[in-house]
Amino acid sequence: MTANAEIAVEAGAGIAPVSRNARPLRLITCGSVDDGKSTLIGRLLWDTKAVKEDQADALERDNRNNQNELGLPDFALLLDGLQAEREQGITIDVAYRYFSTDRRSFIVADTPGHEQYTRNMATGASTADLAVLLVDARAGILEQTRRHATIATLMGIRQFVLAVNKIDLIDYDEATFDHITAEFRQFALSLGVTDVTAIPMSALLGENVVHPETSSMPWYSGPALIEVLELATQRTAQTVGFRFPVQRVSRPNESFRGYQGTVAGGSVKPGDSVVILPAGTVANVKQIVTFDLVRNAAVAGDAITLVLDRHVDVARGDMIASIDAAPAVGRAFEAKLVALSAEGITAGKRYWLKSSSRRQRVRVQPKTKLDLTTGQWEGSENLPLNAIGTVHLDFDEAAMFDPYETNRNTGAFILIDPDTNNTVAGGMTVARTTSIDGIDGGAERNHVLLSLPEDLADRLMASEAYASLRDHIEIRRTSGAQAAAILHELEGD
Amino acid sequence: MSETKPPLDPNLKALESEAIHIFREVAAEFERPVMLYSVGKDSSVLLHLARKAFYPGKIPFPLVHVDTGWKFAEMIAFRDRMVAEFDLDLIAHTNPRGKLENVSPFSHGSSVYTNIMKTEALRQALDAGQYDAAFGGARRDEEASRAKERIYSFRTPDHRWDPRNQRPELWSVYNGMIRKGESVRAFPLSNWTEVDIWRYIQAENIPIVPLYLAAERPVVERDGMLILAEDKRLELLPGEVKRDETIRFRTLGCFPLTGAIRSNATTLDDIINELETATVSERQGRAIDRDEAGSMEKKKREGYF
Ligand SMILES: Nc1nc2c(ncn2[C@@H]2O[C@H](COP(=O)(O)OP(=O)(O)O)[C@@H](O)[C@H]2O)c(=O)[nH]1
Repeated sequence: MTANAEIAVEAGAGIAPVSRNARPLRLITCGSVDDGKSTLIGRLLWDTKAVKEDQADALERDNRNNQNELGLPDFALLLDGLQAEREQGITIDVAYRYFSTDRRSFIVADTPGHEQYTRNMATGASTADLAVLLVDARAGILEQTRRHATIATLMGIRQFVLAVNKIDLIDYDEATFDHITAEFRQFALSLGVTDVTAIPMSALLGENVVHPETSSMPWYSGPALIEVLELATQRTAQTVGFRFPVQRVSRPNESFRGYQGTVAGGSVKPGDSVVILPAGTVANVKQIVTFDLVRNAAVAGDAITLVLDRHVDVARGDMIASIDAAPAVGRAFEAKLVALSAEGITAGKRYWLKSSSRRQRVRVQPKTKLDLTTGQWEGSENLPLNAIGTVHLDFDEAAMFDPYETNRNTGAFILIDPDTNNTVAGGMTVARTTSIDGIDGGAERNHVLLSLPEDLADRLMASEAYASLRDHIEIRRTSGAQAAAILHELEGD
Repeated sequence: MSETKPPLDPNLKALESEAIHIFREVAAEFERPVMLYSVGKDSSVLLHLARKAFYPGKIPFPLVHVDTGWKFAEMIAFRDRMVAEFDLDLIAHTNPRGKLENVSPFSHGSSVYTNIMKTEALRQALDAGQYDAAFGGARRDEEASRAKERIYSFRTPDHRWDPRNQRPELWSVYNGMIRKGESVRAFPLSNWTEVDIWRYIQAENIPIVPLYLAAERPVVERDGMLILAEDKRLELLPGEVKRDETIRFRTLGCFPLTGAIRSNATTLDDIINELETATVSERQGRAIDRDEAGSMEKKKREGYF
C-alpha cells in the first residue's frame, strides 16, 4: 500500500510543471519613482504570460492613448489596483502579483518608491526571500537605493539583485554598469550582504528580464533576472530549535485535549521532551494529530494539533519548545523597530505587543534612530513615522523571543496602539536584556556596562547566568562607596 | 482520510497550513466569527480547510449563505447536500426588501441588483448575527483591487472598506483588535491562485458543484455571454435562441450574470490543463466586473465581499 502511494506521488509530480509543486519564491521590488519598477513588473508578468487577454483588453479600454512606444499596454495601469492610485498616478500600498515559469512560481510584493512609504516596503520585505533593487543607469546609486537596501537587510533579506535599468538609454555602456555595480557592492558589504547579482537591463525593451540579451550587450554574460529568481534560495525555520506557539486549546470531548498551532521552528516527534513557556513546565509529546492521519513528525510550517503525555496548564499565547534549546524568556528585551504610523512611537508609552499568538502589554523606550543617509545609529527618544530604531521593551509579564536573525517567526512582533487599535510598528528582537541594563546606555554596541562592588562583581562573573550574557555585559569593579554614588546619581534623574 | 492518499506537494501544503493558521487565529481572537459560504469552488476549499483546522472538533462557527434567489439550481442542491453531509450550521439569508420588491437582474440591471441582493443582504446577515469576523474565500490573484487586500481586512461598523487606510500587515502576525461594532473580514485563501485551488480540490478529493465540469447544457448568447437557459424565469429576448452546447463555468454566481465558457474539460485534470494554457482571466465571465474599471473596488468599499 505504501509503495503504491509513493509511486502515485512520483507519477503525479511528473504531470504538473515543477513550478506548481514547490513553494513560490517571494520577492520584493524597490526603486525610486520613475526608475521603471512598474515597467519591470509589467514586463515580468507579460513575458511569463501572466497577463490574460481580457485584462489586456480592459487596459486598452481604460486608456487607449497610454500605450508605450512598443505598442504594449501601459503596465502601470495593469498594476495599480486602486482607483485612488490611478487618479494620482502613484502606487500607495503593497500589492501582491503572481507569475510563474516552468521551473518556479513567484509572488512579488509591489511596493511604492516614495520615501514616505518606508512602512509599505517594510511590510513587503517582511515575508520576502529576495529583493530586486532598481536603479536608473543614468542616475546610478541614489540615497533611496541605499535606504531600500538597508530596510530590506534589516527585515532579514540576504539575497539581492541590482537591476541596472534603462541600460538602453546609456548606449549599453559597460563602464557605467561596472561603476554602479562596484559602488553598490561596497555599500552592500557594509550591511553584511555579499549575495548581490547585478544585471544590466532594459525593462522597457524586455532585455535581460525574462529573455537574455546578448547582441546589444556582448560584454555581459551573466544571467537574466528570471534565471536568478529561479535559482534563489528560500528561507526556512527548520534547522533551529522546536517552537510551537499555541493558538488554541482543542477540547472536543472529555477524552481529548490538544494544542493547535503552527510549528514556528525546528521539528517535533512523539516522545520528544518539551517545555511550556513561560511557566517552564515540562512534558513529553504524545501525539501529533491532523485531519488526515496521526503523524510521526512535524516540521516548521506545519499546522498541527499536539497532544502531551500529561495534564499541564497550557493556554493560548504559551509556547511549547524543545527542552534543550528553548527561546529566551524574560521581562526585558532589546529590539529594532520600524515605525508605521503617523503618530510615531512615543517614549514610555504602553502598547500591545503581538508576536505569534501571544499578545501582551509592553512599555517601549526608544534608544537610537537609524540615519538612513549615513547608516549611523543616533541617540533618539522617539521614532517618527517611517523611522527605524532600537528600543527597549519592558513587559509586565514574561515574554519569549528568539533573535530575529535566528528565527523570523519567533523573533518578529507588531505593536498595537491601545487607543486606536492600529498597528503602529513592526519589530525584530535582538536579544534579551536584564532589567538593570538601563544603568548604562551603550545600546548601539549592544552592550551593558555594570559598575559593581568588587565582591558582587566576582560572584556575578562566576555565576551561570552571567556565562550566557558575557557578550553583552561588561563589569567594572568599584568600591561599595563608588557604587552607591553611581546609584544615587541615577536615582536623581 | 484514506491512507493511500499521497501527501500534498510542498506548495499546497504551505498554502493549506497558512489557511489553517488563519482559521485558528481568527477563531481564537474573535468572539463571533462566521464563514461566508458562496457554494463556489473557493468556498468548497474554504469549508474543507475549516474542517481540517478544527479537527477533531467541529467547526466552531456558523456559515452564512447570501442567497439572491437567482443562484443556479444545482448550487442550492449542492449546498443542502453539504449541510447534511458535514452537519453544518448554515444560515441562508435573502434580502426581504429585495424579495418584496421583486428585485431581479432583469428588471433592475446588474448594478442595482447586486447592490440590493448581495451587498445589502450581506450587511443584513452580518448585522443580524453581530459577527465580529467573517471568513471569505477571496484570493489576491483574482482582480486588481484584491491584490492589495489584507488577510485581516478591517471594516467600519457600516461594513466599509477603506483601501487608503489599511493596517499594515507584517509577517504572519495579525492584528485582530477592534472596537465594538467594527469587524474584520479574514481571507485564508489570499495567497492561493486559481490553479492552486483546482490542484487542491483534486488532491483532497473535495466535492464541487458539477457545473464546473463540462457537459452539454442549454444556453443562450446574450451581451457576448453564454447564459445557462435552464431556469424558467429566463425569458428569451427577440432573436435569441436556446441551444445545447458543451460548456462549463469557471466561477459560479447568479445564473443571469455568469457567463459559461465553451469547454471540453470534463475532469479535474482537464480543468487544470485548460487553466495552464488559458489566455483569459477567471473573472472574464462576470458581468459585474465589467461595468467600468475600478468597479470591484467600488463594490468592495460599499461592503461587497
Ligand atoms: N528607455 C527605457 N525607458 C524605460 C525603461 N524602463 C522604464 N522606462 C520608462 O521610464 C518611465 C518610468 O517607468 P515606470 O515603470 O512608470 O517607473 P516607476 O515609477 O518606477 O514604476 C516610463 O516612461 C517607462 O516607459 C527602460 O528600460 N528603458
